[in-house]
Amino acid sequence: MKRRYKKIAFIVGGVAGIGIAAALVLNAFQSNMVFFFSPTQVMANEAPVDRPFRLGGLVKEGSIERQDDGLTVNFIVTDHAVDMPVVFVGILPDLFREGQGVVTQGRLESSNLFRAEEVLAKHDETYMPPEVAEALEKGQQAKAENDSKSTTTTLIAN
Amino acid sequence: MKINIFKYAAPATFYPLAGKMIPWFMWAAALLGIAGLYYSFFEAPLADYQQGQSYKIMFIHVPTAWMSMFIYVVMAMWAASGLIWNTRLSAMMAKSLAPTGALFAFLALVTGAVWGKPTWGTWWVWDARLTSELILFFLYIGFIALGAAIEDPRRAAKATGLLALVGIVNVPIIYFSVIWWSTLHQPPSLKLNESTMGVEMLISILLMTLCFWSYTIGVALSRVRTEILQRESKTDWVAALVQEGEKK
Repeated sequence: MKRRYKKIAFIVGGVAGIGIAAALVLNAFQSNMVFFFSPTQVMANEAPVDRPFRLGGLVKEGSIERQDDGLTVNFIVTDHAVDMPVVFVGILPDLFREGQGVVTQGRLESSNLFRAEEVLAKHDETYMPPEVAEALEKGQQAKAENDSKSTTTTLIAN
Repeated sequence: MKINIFKYAAPATFYPLAGKMIPWFMWAAALLGIAGLYYSFFEAPLADYQQGQSYKIMFIHVPTAWMSMFIYVVMAMWAASGLIWNTRLSAMMAKSLAPTGALFAFLALVTGAVWGKPTWGTWWVWDARLTSELILFFLYIGFIALGAAIEDPRRAAKATGLLALVGIVNVPIIYFSVIWWSTLHQPPSLKLNESTMGVEMLISILLMTLCFWSYTIGVALSRVRTEILQRESKTDWVAALVQEGEKK
């Protein structure tokens, strides 16, 4: 009986020990585990300057400008606090659109321009049929209109 | 109660019991699989509002990813009980679950890549979720390889059991990676009390998950039976079984 308890204690203790060790290691690597930096972090000089890094955020509404050569795209990545202009030459993923989350890899060309070599679309965990999305949007618009009527302030519905 | 459990922990009594249970689980897997696929193809919405039809990969991807993590936890628990109580059956159960776990981890990675290409624009990125799931796949492969490298089954059970227990720390890392760190992979759609997907999509995922569960139990039990016969090949009851089989 005693030997068995010893074994249980050994296994529980061992797993707990490894768990704590893993937690400490991951905590120490916290800054390296980050897949992308937000525009705010880039502005705060937290992103590396001398090597490529990933910039993540939302594509700002109305910011996409396609150049005449058909491949060059300018857009702004925003986290609603700081805007970061991005230029990219290449083919964009299907999900790339205004208001959509993106992760771009590249480097800072100047303090106010990020040259991307790769653009990945990031989507959230919400899935629904298009009709439901449409209905939701209509509902939101109606609500926004009601709100603006009642408060007589103009709200811009997105 | 205690006597009962240990009675069925004996390989000689578990062998026929497992034989009776396998067809039930396999039939359940087949029926649930048909229902799940029917629901996925015909009842679930044709397209997602953002991703279009490619979202349907989710119905295979999410259940396989869940199973790969869940099987690992069950496998580690069998390994722990084998180390604690020295029951022969526990180690055999752990060993029988490993190939199926590896299969599901592999499928989760492949379906994830196939889904990632049209939506994210890349087959693979080294973000925390994808990397930790790849490590899980390697843990399964390591578990199988280590077990095959040691000839004495008792020593093999001890070594693989320890590996399984060490690897268990990876499971919560996989699950929480999307919450702890900024990853390309989206956070979970299903939490304990809420979900951010349509009901029909949810039903498809649940049916497929139940199908994979039944399949896993069925296939692991039949692997355990083979394992029992191999290890007990010198005992009287196996000899009797073989004789009986020859008469038929």
